[in-house]
Amino acid sequence: MVRVTRNYQFSASHRLYLAHLSEEENQKLFGKCANPHGHGHNYTLAVTVEGPIDPRTGLAVNPFALDKLVHGHVLGRIDHSYLNEDVEELRGVPATTENLASFARQALAAAWPADFPALAHIGVRETKRNVIELPVIPQKV
Amino acid sequence: MYISRRAEFSASHVCRSVELSAEENLSLYGPGANANGHGHNYVVEVTLSGTPDPTTGMIYDLKDLKDIMHSEVVDPMDHRHLNFEVPPFDKVVPTTENLTLEIWRRLEPHFKQGPARLHCVRLYETEDTYVDYYGK
Repeated sequence: MVRVTRNYQFSASHRLYLAHLSEEENQKLFGKCANPHGHGHNYTLAVTVEGPIDPRTGLAVNPFALDKLVHGHVLGRIDHSYLNEDVEELRGVPATTENLASFARQALAAAWPADFPALAHIGVRETKRNVIELPVIPQKV
Repeated sequence: MYISRRAEFSASHVCRSVELSAEENLSLYGPGANANGHGHNYVVEVTLSGTPDPTTGMIYDLKDLKDIMHSEVVDPMDHRHLNFEVPPFDKVVPTTENLTLEIWRRLEPHFKQGPARLHCVRLYETEDTYVDYYGK
């Protein structure tokens, strides 16, 4: 078994705040991420699959089929968007990197073809200093 | 505890299988199947597992790891055409998956005994694509 990871770049804006909290409480919880007009990042989404190498092709996954899936079901919905408003699943929840990773996992899992190797891990990097790791299946070693 | 070291090598290859049709080769490997090949700056990350020696404080001598990585991987592969110059890629398609496996096979015998075991080989074909192999 090998794990194959591909990174994808996307750009989006968001604002971290909770509607039921005061402006002061939001600032305390989310800091400058709660500034009223939002802000943006260049994110990196890392998608990892795990499976055996097909002896005929030498590949564990067709990279172009994986790209198509990720573009069609995740990137196409979030790239150059305002996450709080434009992504239905993120409406009403803070558009944190954690929730963004969960959204990516759910969107991919719902569309995952039966003949693909297993979706093993999702990573979302917000900045050079912030990365969220979301294991989908435990590493076997 | 784990310790990792990375090294870089540059090589050319072509991903094309004689068992597949031209259409299948194109759909699986894309421009990677172009007949005259192309190249990458590969980065290999080797991770060992072990316990720090109470005297030296080290899991494994990193200079020794560097020497093994160079003699088994970098020296035979750097500035080479994998298909023509690095067996078994005269017969096996040099995908990142197969190259990761081959690097594991070359390194693993060095860590069967002694203070550390080979834990993982990670091979970056580009900054955005890599394969991890843990030996099973």
